[in-house]
Amino acid sequence: MRRDRILLAHGGGGSLTRELIEKLFLPSLENPLLKTLDDSAVLVMGGKRHAFTTDSYVVKPLIFPGGDIGKLAVCGTVNDLAVMGARPLWLSLSFILEEGLLLADLQEIVESIGATAREARVQIVTGDTKVVEHGKCEGLYINTAGLGDVVAPNWLGSANVKPGDVVVINGPIGEHGVAVMSQREGIAFQTNVVSDCAPLWPLVKAILDTGAEIHTMRDPTRGGVAAAVCDIARASNVGIRLREDALPIGREVRGACDLLGLDPLTIANEGKILVFCRATDTANVLAAMREHPLGKHSCVIGEVSEKPPGVALLRTTIGGERIIDMPTGEDLPRIC
Amino acid sequence: MKTLVQNIVELSQRVGRDVKLMEVCGTHTMAAFRSGLRQLLPDAVRLVSGPGCPVCVTDPSYLDAAIELCGRPDVIIATFGDLVRVPGTDTSLERERAAGANVRIVYSPSDALALARECPSKKVVFLGVGFETTAPTIAWTIWRAARDGVQNFSVLCAHKTMPRAMDTLLHDKELRIDGFLCPGHVSVITGAHIYRFICERYRIPCVVSGFEAWDILKSVEMLLRQLAEGRAEVENEYSRSVNEYGNGPAQRLMDEVFEPCDTMWRGIGIIPGSGLAIREKYARFDAAKTLGVEFPEAHINPLCACGSVLRGAASPLDCRLFGRPCSPAHPIGPCMVSGEGVCAAYYKYEGVAA
Repeated sequence: MRRDRILLAHGGGGSLTRELIEKLFLPSLENPLLKTLDDSAVLVMGGKRHAFTTDSYVVKPLIFPGGDIGKLAVCGTVNDLAVMGARPLWLSLSFILEEGLLLADLQEIVESIGATAREARVQIVTGDTKVVEHGKCEGLYINTAGLGDVVAPNWLGSANVKPGDVVVINGPIGEHGVAVMSQREGIAFQTNVVSDCAPLWPLVKAILDTGAEIHTMRDPTRGGVAAAVCDIARASNVGIRLREDALPIGREVRGACDLLGLDPLTIANEGKILVFCRATDTANVLAAMREHPLGKHSCVIGEVSEKPPGVALLRTTIGGERIIDMPTGEDLPRIC
Repeated sequence: MKTLVQNIVELSQRVGRDVKLMEVCGTHTMAAFRSGLRQLLPDAVRLVSGPGCPVCVTDPSYLDAAIELCGRPDVIIATFGDLVRVPGTDTSLERERAAGANVRIVYSPSDALALARECPSKKVVFLGVGFETTAPTIAWTIWRAARDGVQNFSVLCAHKTMPRAMDTLLHDKELRIDGFLCPGHVSVITGAHIYRFICERYRIPCVVSGFEAWDILKSVEMLLRQLAEGRAEVENEYSRSVNEYGNGPAQRLMDEVFEPCDTMWRGIGIIPGSGLAIREKYARFDAAKTLGVEFPEAHINPLCACGSVLRGAASPLDCRLFGRPCSPAHPIGPCMVSGEGVCAAYYKYEGVAA
């Protein structure tokens, strides 16, 4: 431990990130709210439930097909609120800027933040600016925190999935990760894939408005769908089975993953949501999602059972079954 | 797909005994696990993995040498990503990078050459690890560096070629291999003819296989049919990419830059003529020579079974380190690190508790 250092993979959202949280952060910081390790903390103040979350953004390059670090800094945080069933209301915005950054570039990103905040109907209500020496960060980093009102009738944390639930997703996976990687120095490749980066609250609201019994929602960002279902299977102590032939994966994303030797299940998304709902409500939920522009391609990708507890499995196209493992934290960091 | 599996079951009954089929390609290993096809095979047909993962068969002393190099202030190590997490005696390139060493991940050797042009005051060393699949691109990069007179680029060369390794495995009495699924990517370069000696000398059937689950099942079917009919031939399931004599220009380029040498395979030992060394003509691009690199004997965890796993003589589940403490997050042996490693495949797709 004494000689161990932080590796890039500790920030990958996979098993090393989890280990860091469990072995280093929680022992010193643990409390009942933090311990749930959900996307947002749900706080009760004055008899009302609020969701509170924070996230930092270090994506490289700063501008990528379908978005930029500013749009991401709004979407990522409001989505962490939305998946807890909370209407996002207010954001904080902190910049760490590198000496020498062009003001015009900063302006472009700030304008993107403004436009995305208006789209997501949140206000930036407080902020901070720090500047570090040239070479100490590549352009800029952003941190945002968000506060929202919980409107979902029940808690939507990752430990709330029940056997018999179905797993729904709102469209093709892996687009954000592939779009960013396609621009990365050294692997730049030609692709038409654009990031799916989008604020998800309106879609979440449409789902909640159906009155369906929703147990858990999760935006599968770093570590992709694989990390999300592993986490949820473990937290809820259920078996989650996804069907490979039902997974929506675009042709170009699949091609890029084959080329780079990556599993699309582990690639990051920034505009996708996994919904775990009671099986009898599936049609209802799907109909509401498909009516929304961000949910046109919604589909069922799997089911939940009692067994095997704590494990996510993939039923493969040729009829085999394999474990979906928590990604370690690939050496392709800084996608968000 | 169903008929294919049915055929395999029927042919396996016709063969009438347990058979062990070996694939010697990391991509086959991963495809077999990712698709879950191993469960579709009858119990009498065992698919085992051989030394097909280039990172896994690399001798740990090579890693120690690369780690020593990355600590020199004037050196930048450029490498494919799968090598950075493999532990040497004390540490890994990943850990040294976290401590400040200059280790860059590249996606092709020509990126490493570009890096050398960008950083004229540094010596860029590319870690040349891989089979016939990657060797031509590295040969081409060395050839180009020579043509353009690039002074600060070199390769730490540990390339290997497959046929001699397969030959060696067939001498291993412990193994008793009944058929080979031959590596598709390697064969694109070499052609399918390089496996003929296996059929002629050992009477063991070979099928060059593609990488889809369907390809692998089809190849298993073809191998079983040969066994049932008492044939031993090289058949080509991957004919959409592989021909009899391979890619001529790539072979000539390899021959221009490299010559065969004896090399150490982790788990197997030294196999004469199974490595590729940089020819004297291009010696100024040989990092081992120009930078005075030494390869001291490495000290690896004696319990690590990667060696036996690579020969197909042990299953990862036989290893006392498997799962705990050795896991993809905390790998001890290379087979747990590489995306093509057998232990990683078992861990990821069969489950630790399996």
